[in-house]
Amino acid sequence: MSQTAVVAAVPPAAGALPRRRTRARWAGWGFVGPFMAVFALVFLAPIAYSLWISLFRTQLVGGTTFVGLENYQRALEDPQFWSALGRVTLFLAVQVPVMLGIALLVALAIDSGRLYGRDFFRISIFLPYAVPAVVATLMWGFMYGTRFGLVGNINEAFGVSLPNPLSPDLVLAAIGNIVTWEFVGYNMLIFYAALRTVPTSLYEAAQIDGAGQWRVITAIKLPAIRGALVVAGIFSIIGSFQLFNEPSILQSLAPNAITTYFTPNLYAFSLSFSGQQYNYSATVALLMGVLTMVIAYVVQLRGMRKEA
Amino acid sequence: MTTATPAPTPATPAATRRSAAPRLRSTRGRAPGGTRPRSAERPRRSVLLTVLTGIVLLYSLVPLVWLVVNATKTQGDLFSSFGLWFGDSFALFTNIGQTLTYDDAIFVRWFLNTVLYVVLGAGGATALAVLGGYGLAKFTFPGKRAVFAVVIGAVAVPGTALAVPTFLMFSQLGLTNTPWSVIIPSLISPFGLYLMWTFAAEAVPTELMEAARIDGATEARTFAQVCLPLLAPGIVTVLLFTMVATWNNYFLPLIMLKDPDWYPLTLGLNAWNAQAATAGGEAIFHLVITGSVLTIVPLVVAFLLLQRYWQSGLSAGSVKE
Repeated sequence: MSQTAVVAAVPPAAGALPRRRTRARWAGWGFVGPFMAVFALVFLAPIAYSLWISLFRTQLVGGTTFVGLENYQRALEDPQFWSALGRVTLFLAVQVPVMLGIALLVALAIDSGRLYGRDFFRISIFLPYAVPAVVATLMWGFMYGTRFGLVGNINEAFGVSLPNPLSPDLVLAAIGNIVTWEFVGYNMLIFYAALRTVPTSLYEAAQIDGAGQWRVITAIKLPAIRGALVVAGIFSIIGSFQLFNEPSILQSLAPNAITTYFTPNLYAFSLSFSGQQYNYSATVALLMGVLTMVIAYVVQLRGMRKEA
Repeated sequence: MTTATPAPTPATPAATRRSAAPRLRSTRGRAPGGTRPRSAERPRRSVLLTVLTGIVLLYSLVPLVWLVVNATKTQGDLFSSFGLWFGDSFALFTNIGQTLTYDDAIFVRWFLNTVLYVVLGAGGATALAVLGGYGLAKFTFPGKRAVFAVVIGAVAVPGTALAVPTFLMFSQLGLTNTPWSVIIPSLISPFGLYLMWTFAAEAVPTELMEAARIDGATEARTFAQVCLPLLAPGIVTVLLFTMVATWNNYFLPLIMLKDPDWYPLTLGLNAWNAQAATAGGEAIFHLVITGSVLTIVPLVVAFLLLQRYWQSGLSAGSVKE
């Protein structure tokens, strides 16, 4: 085909230029269009729809009435909403630094080239990411169990009685452990991939300057992967605020420890599916979505500004 | 070699393409001649560091060992034997048989549902992300800045925040409790689009596209025959991410589906586990555990075989920030 095409295309090129430009101007939409169409259906439309219904209230008697921002006011005065928000904030403040800290240490250890069996470490620690949240939660839930779990085994073997991880006091920590297990390897790989792109010449220069390992880490490696740290931080913040799967699945193993308003997402879910309070549920989901975006945005701005 | 590469200017595109390839591959840490050759003297290995990192390794692997070991036990042994060692009987194959046949082989049905959701959902999501990412990387068009702003904003909106609103809308449309209610929302992966966008910007030389156009190729043909082969590594990465996301999806099907016949594996396993808690329900913990093993085997295999693509995808995503 190429010979004839070249002959045909080249001569009229000068004259056809304006038409070609116009075609090229819109050609991008041909590729982006399908994504944006489905995106509008599953992202923009649900947000718009829930904005709309969050302004109404439906009652068995009296039907649907327009209430303006009353649902939002109700959420801001709702102790259950605040209790859920407080719980995920605590989770965020403790679990995310622990998880990212371990991930960073492992990434630095693997990148240092001082480990025996480096690839085995890298692959094995990432492996839990492939395990679905349902399986991870059931598995840990069983292990936490005092009946046939490891906690029960340890109690039996050593004649001690460890506190039950699924008790109301400890269940948030138990969930934190599950989430850490699931995502430590994922974050480690983000950091490690970023570390691999640091040019070796920097290390050589540092060596000539007589910098030790610690100096190399603080002066070269950490600044170089700031972008990756910010990205991992944002993903973890989003994950914490939207915590749902793990507590929802653990509910059947620890029914007394996990309330219907344990996390904001669980609360929105219970409102919809047990309470039939769709309008209020949409309000809670929207509030959490906005809050998550604002915090993710602030972290991104702060993280990027330090770079300058 | 693609037919669209024009005869008059073979040198430039071929050269550009060759230079683009190692640049992408180097982030996998495989190519010794890439942007980062390790210095000639290797750092000395440290036993202490290996042992310390080994703690995290154990933390990652012990639960999986527990799961596999306990899949070999009968329900009686589950309660009577030590968790990290085998029980009196080796019941793995009995358990697998029971898992696959329990309740009229509903597990097999769940498996096929999951495959359906993964093929249509993750496959569709990858196709849309590849087209969109290529369009964003390689074209300027009216409204591009708006698309950019909206999609970057959407990366920060997690799927779970949208699930309840999407359910409310889909129930108005009568789509809930059908496979479509799970597949359609799975079609959008903002992260996939973002990965593909950064990947296409580097992997496809604009000169090559110009050459194909001068050759008279339509935009569709330029994409399919010239650019698509260059995008292949990025496509595999995006496909892996969307496949894992769809295979592991729990919240969305939980909200959308009432009928157990349409459940994916994740929802089915949770239903089996919850069965023990309901009045009169039969406790089938050995089947939950064996089913869990069967659920993660395909993913773990895919993951080990294609693991180098994970890292290249993650570095493309983070380095660009």
